[in-house]
Amino acid sequence: MNSKRRVLLKGTLAAGTVGVAVGAGVLTPRNVLAEAREAFQEGSMDEILKSALGSDHHEAGHVRVEAPNIAENGAVVPVSVESDLDGVTEIAILAAANSTPLTSRYELGEGTRPKISTRIKMGETSDVVAVVKNGDGLYSGRKEVKVTVGGCGG
Amino acid sequence: MSSIRVRAQLKDGVTQVRTLISHPMETGQRTGSDGKKIPAHYITKVQARVGDRHVLTAHWGPGISRNPYLSFEFEGASAGDLLSLSWVDNLGESDSTQVEIA
Repeated sequence: MNSKRRVLLKGTLAAGTVGVAVGAGVLTPRNVLAEAREAFQEGSMDEILKSALGSDHHEAGHVRVEAPNIAENGAVVPVSVESDLDGVTEIAILAAANSTPLTSRYELGEGTRPKISTRIKMGETSDVVAVVKNGDGLYSGRKEVKVTVGGCGG
Repeated sequence: MSSIRVRAQLKDGVTQVRTLISHPMETGQRTGSDGKKIPAHYITKVQARVGDRHVLTAHWGPGISRNPYLSFEFEGASAGDLLSLSWVDNLGESDSTQVEIA
């Protein structure tokens, strides 16, 4: 009973803090709620990376992107991303020429390997770029995919 | 029937997870046969956990293909542990399932 009360208190305090921050204009409600979704908007790669991973500065290397050289159907392009870095906490996969370049972003728990495979849509021929984040910063890899029939509109 | 098909296989201490989800992943950009835009309908978040442990959270946009495929690997689970997988989409629909790590 006592511990429940503490949890309740903690929750109330935490809610209060966020409330104050919102009130002070530090965090607008839009920021709080839409932050994650914002990265899935139209924009340049740099803008998208800033909102998805907090920085647009990334070093090339330590990230391998596997994807077909030619994708006949841009609606289904298999992509695998793997990194040899330790302590990777996040991975973002972008299709550089898509109107909304960010396809997906992954938060890795402890013990989860920096290795993700999925299938993405590509509107036209471009690089598939993967950016991984660890304690040292951002690292990226890329692979060009030639798209015969775009898979976004239509 | 669940919209999620998932397999979790343990090999040399590493659990490999492969999953397929039935979902239209509509971008909101396509035009239907009636000439109207097909409204956006896509999964925004997929979560994988083992018990209380967070394994992976995927944030997806409409750039993920229809009937999404996702695979990932993690360490530290034992055979018999339950992996739970859930998704939620932009319309608030959701689904979840559990699979025993084999």
